[in-house]
Amino acid sequence: MTIAVNIEQVSKHYGQLTALQSLNFTIPKGSFFGLLGPNGAGKSTLISIMAGLVYPSKGQVQIMGHDVRHAWRQARQCLGVVPQELVVDMFFTVNQLLTLQSGYFGLGRANRPWLQELLHVLNLEDKSNTLMMNLSGGMKRRVLIAQALVHKPAVVVLDEPTAGVDIELRKLLWEFIKRLHQAGHTIVLTTHYLEEAENLCEHIAILNQGQLIALDHKQALLSHHPYRLLYLAIPNLELSQLPPALHPKIHSSTTADQLVLQLHQDHDPIATVLDTLRSANLHFTDLHTQQPRLEDVFLSLTHRAVPHSL
Amino acid sequence: MNAYGLYTLLHKEIFRFLKVFVQTILTPIITVLLYLLVFSSVLSHHVKVYENVSYIQFLVPGLMMMSIIQNAFANTSSSLFQSRMTGNVVFMLVAPLSNWEIYLGFIGAAIARGLLVGMGLWIAALYFVILPIHNPFILLIFAILGSAVLGTLGLISALWADKWEHISAFQNFVILPLSFLSGVFYRVDTLPEFWEQISYYNPFFYLIEGFRYGFFGVADVALSTTFLIVLTFYTITTLFCLWLLHTGYQLRH
Repeated sequence: MTIAVNIEQVSKHYGQLTALQSLNFTIPKGSFFGLLGPNGAGKSTLISIMAGLVYPSKGQVQIMGHDVRHAWRQARQCLGVVPQELVVDMFFTVNQLLTLQSGYFGLGRANRPWLQELLHVLNLEDKSNTLMMNLSGGMKRRVLIAQALVHKPAVVVLDEPTAGVDIELRKLLWEFIKRLHQAGHTIVLTTHYLEEAENLCEHIAILNQGQLIALDHKQALLSHHPYRLLYLAIPNLELSQLPPALHPKIHSSTTADQLVLQLHQDHDPIATVLDTLRSANLHFTDLHTQQPRLEDVFLSLTHRAVPHSL
Repeated sequence: MNAYGLYTLLHKEIFRFLKVFVQTILTPIITVLLYLLVFSSVLSHHVKVYENVSYIQFLVPGLMMMSIIQNAFANTSSSLFQSRMTGNVVFMLVAPLSNWEIYLGFIGAAIARGLLVGMGLWIAALYFVILPIHNPFILLIFAILGSAVLGTLGLISALWADKWEHISAFQNFVILPLSFLSGVFYRVDTLPEFWEQISYYNPFFYLIEGFRYGFFGVADVALSTTFLIVLTFYTITTLFCLWLLHTGYQLRH
């Protein structure tokens, strides 16, 4: 089997509101898959459908070949979801919560070594007998991750796992997630930190307003983006001195000492741009270019790439 | 069937109420003992009960059943609703537990709490009165059925409610009046005709009637009728509850 998650013609309507519209794609087994989109794009709804928390209005989802509606026991055994919100049962200790969650999956004492390992790798060992209500937000986040992994699911879904998490914990989480991926787990990640997605994910899907607007390998997606950025160091830059032809190309990251232009790969040769600057008597002291980042691709696809205007 | 999953849910739900033992077991026992003290002193010479049965003997099984059912209701309604409100219900919902297993886990814990409160009351009431036992099997059956019926109503209310106020309204406007007007403190055939007839439409009346029969071997309604009505009511509430769980009402959207 090469497909971990199969999403077939999935739609979800809440009354007049369409949350998802005929989604149709697969997530390869063993991949590190980024599910991206702006707020309200439908990512969490799709994850909830995968987990059986939301019923689709149309279509079906299979996890490792098991339909989430008709073979739900098998599908749920194959899926672990780390929810976005810090939802925990405050009155239990970390140890008790993990033991209970493991038990829900039919796993008894034999699973104890794995629970101990989870406590160890997530640096929760010294908190194992602490009540959840007494843990910090970061610690609760670790427990949520451990809870999602108690049954060693083949597919792990992380719904914005690093939202509001400090750098140290973020690093620890990504190291751990990378280890899981190397061990053969399929990882599905949603995040608003696009640098994270760019560094980690091999495949990317972008949702916008409930529709799939991009699905590709990360490199292919980046290479399809027609723009690159040109950085020019110009001391005491006055944007009003720029020739009008360059105004639509000014990127929002332009500063007082650095002009950043967003140039089309085919239609804006750098030599022509530099000639235009020289003709306007503007002199730069340094220059470099940057190939498109995932953030640029994301913004252009979700129609947010608004060129800077004066 | 996920038997270990069901066992875990049952264990969790029992563990949950035992962690707050004073609130969930001890308080209802003390409350009922106060009822016993007050009502037995005030009403003992005014209410006609069965022959060879004193009023305080008559009162104790009624109060026991009232406490059993109220606590069974409180157990399921508060546990499920709290999980829904905090959002941690998702951990149960993403697990491979069927609707039946979820239902049995919650109801099993409601029965356990009901029986513990009932037993505690029985022991505490020994200070006031020693009750005859006509048939312990019938006692147990009705204690279990009472807990199960009210545990089921607790689940239904927890699914229906959108805020704590709704749970409280269900408890105060449905459960409490039905349990108070079910013949806990009096024999319904001593009521005026109209209220007597109304009482026969109250399913809680049959729970208390059957439970009392287990102690005294006498009742106003035939045991088979009582059992049939309770069983029918239980079946209806269970089917409704399972249907709600099946549709994912307020749980899976």
